[in-house]
Amino acid sequence: MPALPEGTPVPDDGALPGWVRPSPSGPDDAGRPFGVYVHVPFCSVRCGYCDFNTYTASELGGGANQAAYATTALREVDLARRVLDDAGLGSRPVSTVFFGGGTPTMLPAADLARILRGIDDTWGLAGGAEITTEANPDSVTPESLRLLADAGFTRVSFGMQSAVPHVLATLERTHDPRRVPDVVTWARDVGLDVSLDLIYGTPGESLADWRASLETVLGTGVDHVSAYALVVEPGTKMHAQVRRGELALPDEDDQAAKYELADDLLTEAGLGWYEVSNWARGPEHACRHNLAYWRGDDWWGIGPGAHSYVAGPARGDDAVAGIEGIEGVEGVDGIEHAGVRWWNVKHPRRYAALLESGSSPGAGRELLTPAEAQLERVLLGVRVREGLEVAALDPSRRAAVAGLVARGLVDGVAAVRGRVVLTRRGRLLADSVVRELTP
Amino acid sequence: MGQWPGLVTTDDTHPATLTERIALPIPGPALRARIEPNATAPELIRNFCIIAHIDHGKSTLADRMLQLTGVVEPRAMRAQYLDRMDIERERGITIKSQAVRMPWQVGEQAHALNMIDTPGHVDFTYEVSRSLAACEGAVLLVDAAQGIEAQTLANLYLAMENDLEIIPVLNKIDLPAAQPEKYAEEIAGLVGGDPEDVLKVSGKTGEGVEALLDRIVERIPAPVGDADAPARAMIFDSVYDTYRGVVTYVRVVDGNLNPRERIAMMSTRATHELLEIGVISPEAIPTKGLGVGEVGYLITGVKDVRQSKVGDTVTNMAKPAEEALGGYSDPKPMVFSGLYPVDGTDYPALRDALDKLKLNDAALNYEPETSVALGFGFRVGFLGLLHLEIVRERLEREFDLDLISTAPNVVYDVTLDDGTEVKVTNPSEFPGGKIKEVREPVVRATILAPSEFVGTVMGLCNDRRGQMLGMDYLSEDRVELRFTLPLAEIVFDFFDHLKSRTRGYASLDYEPSGDQAADLVKVDILLQGEQVDAFSAIVHKDKAYDYGVMMTAKLKEIIPRQQFEVPIQAAVGARVIARETVRAMRKDVLAKCYGGDISRKRKLLEKQKEGKKRMKNIGSVEVPKDAFIAALSSDGGGGKDAKDKKK
Repeated sequence: MPALPEGTPVPDDGALPGWVRPSPSGPDDAGRPFGVYVHVPFCSVRCGYCDFNTYTASELGGGANQAAYATTALREVDLARRVLDDAGLGSRPVSTVFFGGGTPTMLPAADLARILRGIDDTWGLAGGAEITTEANPDSVTPESLRLLADAGFTRVSFGMQSAVPHVLATLERTHDPRRVPDVVTWARDVGLDVSLDLIYGTPGESLADWRASLETVLGTGVDHVSAYALVVEPGTKMHAQVRRGELALPDEDDQAAKYELADDLLTEAGLGWYEVSNWARGPEHACRHNLAYWRGDDWWGIGPGAHSYVAGPARGDDAVAGIEGIEGVEGVDGIEHAGVRWWNVKHPRRYAALLESGSSPGAGRELLTPAEAQLERVLLGVRVREGLEVAALDPSRRAAVAGLVARGLVDGVAAVRGRVVLTRRGRLLADSVVRELTP
Repeated sequence: MGQWPGLVTTDDTHPATLTERIALPIPGPALRARIEPNATAPELIRNFCIIAHIDHGKSTLADRMLQLTGVVEPRAMRAQYLDRMDIERERGITIKSQAVRMPWQVGEQAHALNMIDTPGHVDFTYEVSRSLAACEGAVLLVDAAQGIEAQTLANLYLAMENDLEIIPVLNKIDLPAAQPEKYAEEIAGLVGGDPEDVLKVSGKTGEGVEALLDRIVERIPAPVGDADAPARAMIFDSVYDTYRGVVTYVRVVDGNLNPRERIAMMSTRATHELLEIGVISPEAIPTKGLGVGEVGYLITGVKDVRQSKVGDTVTNMAKPAEEALGGYSDPKPMVFSGLYPVDGTDYPALRDALDKLKLNDAALNYEPETSVALGFGFRVGFLGLLHLEIVRERLEREFDLDLISTAPNVVYDVTLDDGTEVKVTNPSEFPGGKIKEVREPVVRATILAPSEFVGTVMGLCNDRRGQMLGMDYLSEDRVELRFTLPLAEIVFDFFDHLKSRTRGYASLDYEPSGDQAADLVKVDILLQGEQVDAFSAIVHKDKAYDYGVMMTAKLKEIIPRQQFEVPIQAAVGARVIARETVRAMRKDVLAKCYGGDISRKRKLLEKQKEGKKRMKNIGSVEVPKDAFIAALSSDGGGGKDAKDKKK
């Protein structure tokens, strides 16, 4: 699992810094949408490549049982309500909810429904709110999907990863790929919008294997696809296998070729890219929850290891922040701040214990300086198809856009209209682009 | 005088304790009056040096002598008293020699022993030769567990050519691995005489050191000179001192030198007032002068060691000598390297640091230089690789500079077809036009190795364009091989190869031996068509291809992929002889990036941006400075070479 970032302590009561306050632009409105993420840290087995904060029953032992998880999570919802109320940010309805993991569907559908109801009871769900859960193809049934739909879920994202058995075996995924078309049909039958997640660049995966996976996905007719290059993270079993020479490290040229193939096939099939690794059949099928991350909106992450973010008051409003970059607010320490991000303790048992004792489960937080917030804004903003306003760049870096257009990394037409939108080549080299666009 | 006068009186000038004076033949005041500086008969003086390989225990033995002669009190004894600088202490080597005057009694007679400490390394042959010229005898000190090494042998030959009396000594006889009989035989074979005559001592325990001091008095001839002739004194060392200015060490040959008189340097005709003159015992003690055969120091107030050159003759301005003492020559840099600050803003600091080091290092010279790849720096000339390494290390350590040094090269004399002559100290300045002749410096190298490695050594020297001059067995299993080799072949990783191919047993010494015409070409390295001056090299025509292939392959490994394809070429003139390509980077970003990844991702980018500050741009190619360091140091670096040499 990746280590948590280094940060300063979160106060026991979880209070936000004093300088966080509603935007002056509207009464009881912070001027930006609010989302909730719910982390469900359970899996039936741990896959070799996975570095998420998740635990199998045997890893957890006693004390943090799955049965009590909904109750624990709802305790944090309570805490979140108090903290946001104190900051004057408590009256926003929730635009999106995303259950991720782990495998959220390891919990009974009724537990997921109970957590969702708690969120609704606390803040209210906005009209047309997007409610997503991740799921493993082998952890759902037509019945459980119906229960989720009835509870208000609108969207399900299946961890398919590949359609090719030997690739799934290398990834240590246990589901039967033949089940995927079925679960997609079941989900669509109960009215859920469906996304399939794929991984490419697994050791041993040929270009033909990858094409087969893409074609299988397209055959299901889903409206949303996420495709990620495999990253072998330190601390995973796969990392050890690569180190011992048992697996060959995925080659980056191969990954680039597979990205291009995915982009070709998905585009042909009517799914356009809207983020570097995400394609949707029209904007109405894009994942609004994830878009909120990339746009720098506010969100609260419930659950062990979950991150949360609340922007400074000027943030999220291009009319205010756009021209001169991001405005900071001076905190008591005299440093200008443009947002606060915090993260919870990782272990479910410690997480539960803290909440039970009435404390915040926050393990640490960082108070972003305007420069840090600016870097995040650029690095997130260029990932999405809507791109980033040239005017939002630091003035010293605006001239770099022309060079990026000349080198085929940034779309020229969009640039003329004042936005930085990546070309496909630019998407593949987005880190380099971001380095050039930030001071 | 049949008793120890030391028993009767306390003597402030004599720091040894009472008990020691009972035990040791240190002359007391009455006898010492006969060996006062400026009033010692030459027949009571013995001037000697110690010839030894690094790590064979010279400094420890010298310490022990200082202690036994009462010059240094045991409790004030700083280990290895004579080595002043930290670097010397750490490396266990002596860069700057000094001379210490020690009293010693043999029979009823007190003697003044001047121990002249010689530098022990190959780069300082000239300084060694001047130190030897100040002596009538030399202690040949050899580790009883290791036997003689090439540098010792070279200095021994030098001493024998100067007709010095050689006193062979085996040191470290207390070591379990010592083989005194074996090595006594080897030494006897070299210097002549009976193996039984080889003294056996332990600098560590003191065993045999008194006998050695007696032997020095008995065997080494007293100096001879004309006391009435105009003064002539040879400079064998000069050291810059922050408080005193330059301290010059001299050996008086004829006449005498006295305080307050005006002296003249015979090579430059420069004159100075003699502000202070004295002897070292073990600190500087001013005296009323120095007479025939004596060794001591002068202070004239000059601030730069170049005004007091090693090998020069000092005379009296009012009554000058007609002829200078022989053997003087200017130090000549043999090896050049570009020194560049990693951070360009450190350039003025580097210049100031070199200016300071120069005050104390007559052999150091440098000129500003600009490199397309490395920015502003200096082309610096050195006596050899160790000298280079010492200077670089002092710059980094004492002046806190972060430096890149280019691969060391030698000086080439290039004659063009039109007769123009060009001296090339930087390969990138090698002329491109029609060349008639290129001359390169050659050295005479001596290699000592176990006999099983004779073939290996010959093979290596042959690869490096060496010509064998001869070979002798020092003992049944040790061989001395002599070659002429182009110096350029030695500065380029020769020593590493010699050591690794002989499992560390071979030792090397070399001395300049003129120059030769050779078929040399310049190989340029181009990144995306742009020449990278720091990687240009002058190599033999037959080696050009190998160099090109090696360097392009190495750069391919080191240069990170860019957004475009980067060809790396090696070229001789317009002809490309080797090519590699760094393929264009196609992706850097496909990882997921959701809520929990943002901090990590931002920090990664901040780190990358920080890393960019350590990038140099060659055209539009970004090359990490570390890549330059890696490419310049691993194979071409003198650094590693020189560091190994102390072992």
